[in-house]
Amino acid sequence: MNSLLGSLRTAVVATLVLAAVTGGLYPVLVWAIAQGVFPQQANGSLIRDADGVVRGSRLIGQGFTSERYFHPRPSAAGANGYDASSSGGSNLGPTSQKLRDLIQERVAAYRAENGMPETNSVPADAVTASASGLDPHISLANARIQAARVARVRGLTPSQVETLMAAHTESAGFGFLGQPGVNVLTLNLALDQGAR
Amino acid sequence: MTPSAWMEFALFLGLLTVLTKPVGLYLGQVLDPRGRTWLDPVLKPLERLTYRVLGVRPDQEQDWKQYTLALLLFSLVGCLFTYILLRCQAWLPLNPQALGALSEHLAFNTAVSFTTNTNWQSYGGEGTLSYWSQMVALVLHNFASAATGIAIAGALVRSVARSAAKTLGNFWVDLIRCTYFLLLPFSVVFAVFLVSQGMIQNFQPYTKAKLMEPIPIQVPVVNEQGEAVLDAAGKAVTRPGTVDEQVIVQGPMASQVAIKMLGTNGGGYANANAAHPFENPNPLSNFVQMLSIFALGSGLTYYLGRETGNQAHGWSVWGTMMILFVAGVLACAWAEARGNPIHQALGVAAEGNWEGKEVRFGIFSSALFATITTAASCGAVNSMHDSFTALGGLVPLFNIQLGEVVIGGVGAGLYGILVFVVLAVFIAGLMVGRTPEYLGKKIQAYEVKMAMLVVLVTTLSILGFTAWAAISPWGLAGLNNAGPHGLTEILYAFSSATGNNGSAFAGLSANTPAYNLTLAVAMLAGRFLMIVPIMALAGSLVQKKSSPPSAGTFPVSGGTFVLLLLGTVLLVGALNFLPVLALGPVVEHFLNLQGQLF
Repeated sequence: MNSLLGSLRTAVVATLVLAAVTGGLYPVLVWAIAQGVFPQQANGSLIRDADGVVRGSRLIGQGFTSERYFHPRPSAAGANGYDASSSGGSNLGPTSQKLRDLIQERVAAYRAENGMPETNSVPADAVTASASGLDPHISLANARIQAARVARVRGLTPSQVETLMAAHTESAGFGFLGQPGVNVLTLNLALDQGAR
Repeated sequence: MTPSAWMEFALFLGLLTVLTKPVGLYLGQVLDPRGRTWLDPVLKPLERLTYRVLGVRPDQEQDWKQYTLALLLFSLVGCLFTYILLRCQAWLPLNPQALGALSEHLAFNTAVSFTTNTNWQSYGGEGTLSYWSQMVALVLHNFASAATGIAIAGALVRSVARSAAKTLGNFWVDLIRCTYFLLLPFSVVFAVFLVSQGMIQNFQPYTKAKLMEPIPIQVPVVNEQGEAVLDAAGKAVTRPGTVDEQVIVQGPMASQVAIKMLGTNGGGYANANAAHPFENPNPLSNFVQMLSIFALGSGLTYYLGRETGNQAHGWSVWGTMMILFVAGVLACAWAEARGNPIHQALGVAAEGNWEGKEVRFGIFSSALFATITTAASCGAVNSMHDSFTALGGLVPLFNIQLGEVVIGGVGAGLYGILVFVVLAVFIAGLMVGRTPEYLGKKIQAYEVKMAMLVVLVTTLSILGFTAWAAISPWGLAGLNNAGPHGLTEILYAFSSATGNNGSAFAGLSANTPAYNLTLAVAMLAGRFLMIVPIMALAGSLVQKKSSPPSAGTFPVSGGTFVLLLLGTVLLVGALNFLPVLALGPVVEHFLNLQGQLF
């Protein structure tokens, strides 16, 4: 009995000590280093406009629907998509009727927006929701198709848009880890800044 | 698989192989109370002080009962501690979003989930938990449950390495040394690296960003009492509105994510876990996170070989794991790259299955991550397993059901595979008609009984709870998908809980009293009903005298042993789970080929 009570006391003290070290000391140490060395990243890689107003994060996607902009992937985050306080995917499975209907709608809308013939297949990332619902990127194929539309609406030459696109393409890690993608938010910001 | 996918896979396997020995050697220093590490000048005084506060004499060893009792009491107290913090969330500091307390069943589920190293997420991360809850209530267990797992693995290895002894080490010493000398320093370096890649680490309230293009939406109209106004047809009346700001999550994320990976915990800071752009900003952070899931578990196989004086045995166990791992990755990547014929018929390019995956990772890094996170009992996800193809989703599910013995959770993977080693040696003994021996220790009825108990408990918990949920209204109420995929959602949930994995077919709405409670019981069974027989096994093995190998001893290294171990793991897994897998993902695969929808 004594050993049981003794162990219980040790367990309580150990919990408190470890909570102080791993839940107090440790995160604060990481915080201090992070804020000292990488303040931009540690605070969310935020993008501010000329007035200092936060317009988003370089890492977090935003919804765009107007023809003047590149469009991001469909999003299942929150009720209206791209809700950065409610990340998540659709979690619809491969035999889901609902997912099939959504994809059918999106394929038709994408073709209509970009003047694609029925025979051309649509880039897969353009009609599927991402895992986080906040994917900041679209694939290069998807961006190339949209570039023609954006150039036409904005009265730019295709090569002007392609140059911007290349500048906002984030390459695969060391050229082979993961996959390259075009950052939709920073690209659209650059398009607007160029227009001014 | 594309050339770049092959390169990524080769680099992963290469780096893992290179890391195994140094990590294993370091583990040897950490798990030896008199071991020296290069961190001694900084941490030794802290270690001594901690023992003094705890009232622990580091040179006093415990037998298996004392060791297990200390471990169980510590887990119980930690679980209660977290439960109380979560229930009191509203009154605690560092809660800039003014989030309320968790409900009884959600707090219970979450406390159990973190105590058992499962990190099942019934809670929603950014929308449910304050900075205090994440940083103190959860991170404590990210460290402690990982250290506990390594401690048990250490005790079990000692039981084999020692001859005719009584004690297995001191739980408190193993716990403190694993936390201070192993997990903390690795986590600090790793967390700072993650911040450099874009992960957040701050204590600010969530940031409001002014959207570049406001989103038009339909808002439900409410009357003065705050009730929704209905039209004549009974539908809610809506008016046009706009969303013009985006609320961006902030908080102490990097410190939590580093240990979440190293300790194979897997509980996400955000709901989307490692798919969230903050929680996994780019392909490099993704690659290092994957490597960190396997790092300690892989090193433990080297530690096993070194401590038992049979390095070939350590590598043979590692090799067996790698065969299962490579097969899993290739199968999953193949299925995901093949994509969904139903969607391709609608005009979607045949680029693989993109639903629930992020562009920066692509198909292969998502399939690789899914296989790693379920081979180990991590459970972090960088893509949504629920949206995988039927066969692509089968791989992570079967990985969990095999007992997460492919590297496995830190410590848990090693003691899990050693159960199968005992069974394999026993089967070999039956075949040749000799008393089975494992590294000089006779394997007798008691040891085999304990090993079988572990296998039976996991099977019973997974299949029993799945069957119950599948025929109950509470079980079916949470489904996000119909047809065989619905069954797979339930099966995955109880496999993940019992296996202490924590990943999910996340469409399942598991934050209900019935699911929270049944899943918590499954997590407790999967953790502690496994640990107690394993400690009993260690207690029995340590007392046996080591006999030197003779001509008739079955060698526990080399090709024959690897094949036998492989066969044992697969046979047990297949016999237990093939029938239910046939009703879930297998039948869904064939229906998918026929274009059948639900």
